[in-house]
Amino acid sequence: MPAFEFAAPGTLQEALKHFAGQGTVRALAGGTDVIDQLKTARRKADLVVDVKRIPELQRLEMTADGLHIGAARCCTDVHHNPTVRRYFAALAESAGLVGSVQIQNRAAVGGNVCNAAPSADTTPALLIHDARAVVVSQRGRREIPLTDFFSGPGQTVLQKGEILQELILPVPPANSASAYLRFIPRNEMDIAVAGVGSYLEIDPGTNYVRRARIALASVAPTPVRARAAEQVLEGRPLTEDQVTMAAEAAAQAASPITDVRGSAEYRKELVKVLTRRTLAICQERIAGVHRKGPGH
Amino acid sequence: MAKIPISFKVNGEQQEMLVEPDWTLLETLRDRMRLTGTKEGCSNGNCGACTVMIDGRTACSCLVLAGEADGREVITVEGLADHGHLTALQDAFIKEGGLQCGFCTPGFLISATALLKRNPDPSEQEIRLNVAGNLCRCTGYDKIVRSIQDAAQKMGTRAAN
Ligand SMILES: Cc1cc2nc3c(=O)[nH]c(=O)nc-3n(C[C@H](O)[C@H](O)[C@H](O)COP(=O)(O)OP(=O)(O)OC[C@H]3O[C@@H](n4cnc5c(N)ncnc54)[C@H](O)[C@@H]3O)c2cc1C
Ligand code: FES
Ligand code: FES
Repeated sequence: MPAFEFAAPGTLQEALKHFAGQGTVRALAGGTDVIDQLKTARRKADLVVDVKRIPELQRLEMTADGLHIGAARCCTDVHHNPTVRRYFAALAESAGLVGSVQIQNRAAVGGNVCNAAPSADTTPALLIHDARAVVVSQRGRREIPLTDFFSGPGQTVLQKGEILQELILPVPPANSASAYLRFIPRNEMDIAVAGVGSYLEIDPGTNYVRRARIALASVAPTPVRARAAEQVLEGRPLTEDQVTMAAEAAAQAASPITDVRGSAEYRKELVKVLTRRTLAICQERIAGVHRKGPGH
Repeated sequence: MAKIPISFKVNGEQQEMLVEPDWTLLETLRDRMRLTGTKEGCSNGNCGACTVMIDGRTACSCLVLAGEADGREVITVEGLADHGHLTALQDAFIKEGGLQCGFCTPGFLISATALLKRNPDPSEQEIRLNVAGNLCRCTGYDKIVRSIQDAAQKMGTRAAN
């Protein structure tokens, strides 16, 4: 007896009918999380629905209201997309960190989000770019700010019948930049011990911070914004002291666990260092120093 | 539940078959089609022994369901050689000793083939990054990297002539 049935609908309509059906219906985007979870019985499904053939879920384009990333679009495409690299550097960077080339060729940014791991690398980048999740079902469509999307480790607010259609990231204004860094003990192919994404928008005349957003991975039950750290920066000039204080506040926002990858204290220190570094990269990027553009 | 029909190209040949809905592409290739060049190591995406190309892009076939391959074009290590003539990359692995037990080799060959197609003249760092999803327990990687460099050079010279 096979563990589950399989469908690969070519239209959103057809897919939503499947998701509204009886039993546990599970989406499969790249399958890099869900296939192993199904094989090892960590997740159950009566029906697995491959969502890669749905055109709306493969969208990747910038329009007046922002960047639309279809929920099944793979990390390789997002990482190499010139618009993403130019306006959403933290996202380009994080998509290029997910596993190996083989993994990035399949793994979707939307799959990374829906899997809802605290360590998900693309999520901090999406959070600092103020992403909204477009959720659809046979009942209709709703938009959820990504900050409200996660309800616990591996848990999202998606209801029975609902799937993520796309993520929308507003077009960032001039004099802004973003960056994502994570710490892993190896050079690649590992889960973040801690990850930090930062976004800065600066008034070029005064060097005052208009807007700051900082988000953390692997240091709380869900990916989180470090709002206290953002408030330290906003409305003030961007000085060394301010950056140091923001880094302290970001570490306070972290509520990490101790596990094999690192102790809670170590993770808090990492958040401090990575916050300082990502803010420095944002500053350089705004100043037009392209030395640290997202790597290949 | 009934089996599902799939129709896909493997190493240039059109294939039609019925598969179990929970079969992976790896199981289908090895157990059903007897294409045992593609290896199973970890079964969870970490070792790269099961690497194949799907529509020109590498993937771990242990993390792909057979149904996902419907309508796609798959290339396995058996499909690299052209009518029995090894590719420059395969020759380089033999000449440079890019393998010992050979278990990881099919995966490395697929990853490196895809890399050289995208980037015919990769730096050592680019090579190492691009095969980071392939593990080798024997060689220590240096000879694998050298094999890929050697192939890139040969292919470059050939193209220049
Ligand atoms: C070797 C390896 C290395 C990895 N390295 C990293 C890493 O460095 N960083 C990192 O963050 N992750 C890593 N991962 C985890 C994984 O690759 C990522 O989380 C990936 O982005 C998941 O995307 P996917 O498309 O493969 O998701 P899938 O496995 O297809 O789906 C993941 C979950 O989301 C649900 N889902 C998918 N699409 C939708 C949708 N449209 N609507 C509703 N629910 C949906 C699925 O039902 C499932 O529960 C790694 C995995 C492997 C195997
Ligand atoms: S068997 Fe597929 S990656 Fe190891
Ligand atoms: S040659 Fe033995 S694993 Fe690589």
